[in-house]
Order: sequence, then C-alpha cells, then structure tokens
Amino acid sequence: MSTTLDTLIRLAAKRFGADPAQLRAEDDLFERLGIDSFQAVELISDVEDEFDVELPDYELQGIKTFAALAQKIDARR
Amino acid sequence: MIDWTYSEGVYELTLATPPCNEIGTTMLADLRRFLDQIDRDAHTLILRSGLRQGFCAGADLRELYRGLCDAPKEQHGPQIRQFIDAIHGVMDDLDTLPLTTVGVVHGVCFGGGFELALTCDVLIAEKTARFCFPELRLGIIPGFGGIPRLRRDVGNGLIRDLLLSGRSINAKKAQAAGLVSQVVAGGEGITAARALAAQTAKFDPTARKAAKAFIKKLPADELLAERELFVRLAEGPALMAALKRFVESTDLRPYLP
Repeated sequence: MSTTLDTLIRLAAKRFGADPAQLRAEDDLFERLGIDSFQAVELISDVEDEFDVELPDYELQGIKTFAALAQKIDARR
Repeated sequence: MIDWTYSEGVYELTLATPPCNEIGTTMLADLRRFLDQIDRDAHTLILRSGLRQGFCAGADLRELYRGLCDAPKEQHGPQIRQFIDAIHGVMDDLDTLPLTTVGVVHGVCFGGGFELALTCDVLIAEKTARFCFPELRLGIIPGFGGIPRLRRDVGNGLIRDLLLSGRSINAKKAQAAGLVSQVVAGGEGITAARALAAQTAKFDPTARKAAKAFIKKLPADELLAERELFVRLAEGPALMAALKRFVESTDLRPYLP
C-alpha cells in the first residue's frame, strides 16, 4: 500500500518534471524541486486535491521536507 | 503591461506584468486606458493572466514602499488616498460594465488580485487557483474593495476566515462557497470562458444588461467605509515596517502567507 509520503513524492515529481526515484523523504522540497513561491502555491493545491485535505498556509510555514509535509497531510486526514 | 483583443463582441484582456501582475501605477493607468476605450455594446469581457505564475499577486508592494520612502511623512496619507481613489474608480468601473465579465484565474490570486477578480460577474478557476487576503500581515485591510465585494457573494463566516487568518483557499473550496462558478483543469480556463462568451452572445443585449444591473449592485456605502478605514490603517507605522520587511526579505517564498 502506498504511503502518504510515496504519493506526495510522486505528485511533486510529476508536477515539476522530477524523477521520483531521486527524491528523498528528508530532502528540502523547495531546493530539490527548484521551485519558487508561485509553484509552491500550485503544489499546495495539488496536495489538497490529491489527499482531500485543507492545509492552512500558516501551518506550512517552516515545513521544508517531504517527510514533514507528509506528516502534516496525515494529521489533516 | 496589459494587452487586449476584440473580436465579435468579446474583449480578451490579458495581464502580463512580471513577476505576477502586481498592481501599481502602471497597471492602474493601463486598466484605466482600457476602460476609457471599451465599446459598451460589446457583450463579454474575459479577464485573464498571461503569466504562468498566476492571476495576480496583489498590489505592487515594492513600488508602494519606494513611493512612501521618497515622500515626506505628512504626504503619506494623501499619496495613499490618491492611489486608493484611482484604483477604486477602476474597480468600480469594471464591476459595473454593461458587458458580462468573466475572470479566468489560475495560481496566485492574492490580495489586490483577489479584489480585481471579485469585480467579475463570473469566475472560472483552474485547479491551481488559490484565493487569499494576506493584508493583515501588512497591518492593513484589503483596500481595493475586496471585503464589500466578497460580502456581496459569500457568507460572512468565510470572509472572517480569509480576512482574519490570511490563509488561502483552493478552487474547489471557493466553488463550494459560491465564489467560483466553474473549476476546470489547468490551461482550460480560457476555453471555458470563450464558450461562456459564445453563450452570452445569444442573449438579447437589453435583457442581458438589465439582468446584470438588477442583480449586481455596487455596495457603495461599504466601499466608501472600507476606503476610509484602509487609509487610516495605512498611515500607521505597521504598514511601513511590514513593507520594509517584505522588500528587504531574502525569503524565496514571500507569497506564502
């Protein structure tokens, strides 16, 4: 069964044209994907859609890694 | 810059000022120029962004900061009021055009950009669209007419949520709240808007204009009250301090509320 983390990494890789096999749980997702603030906004929408959750932006401040974001998603499901 | 085309009763107005269509004096003058030449017998105006980044990130905070830094303190109030009066004129004119106005939104639709979108009769959002009022972070409230216009469309609870938390909501939630009419896949917004324009073309012009005038009133008293409150807050020290932080920030993600 796919974990939240796996799905998140696949989702981010697909949107930004990265190789999911090269993305790790503890990677800084902004640096690793090379995305700016506008693309981060798109990613939040993708994540909310995929996992059917709402992620208030202020709860995402300070979240840098895929693992931390996956944890936040699970806390909202 | 902005650009527009006109064909068979349909204007397509495209915002294309990098990084994300920030609304400053140039954008304001361009919008005024567009409005001053518009054929009021056309039937549809489609308002969209030509930039990947999104619809509009709001007011041009860098320009605002520079302008305030260059002016003596006693001029800050009059300077802000002059800009706010001009932007309210543009927003009110967009709001009350006798054409059916369709906003196509993707990505960032924040602050003044959200307020611009709210002047449209119908909003079509691509799935990436996010709507947000981050103004409290700057020590101000939305000042381009956003709260009264949003109040016209949705319940007070959602407005409080957006205003008092500064969080953004996605297209699906905006649709559920009645703010957005249609949610479409990325890149499909303009196709949906053109289809709506083709539908609009079938209607009797007199009935179409009368229907809009009947249902979409300008909340004039609230707009005036908002303008006064905005200017009062903007003259306080919190705005300058927040603008300074924003302009000097090296944060790569300044648009995340």
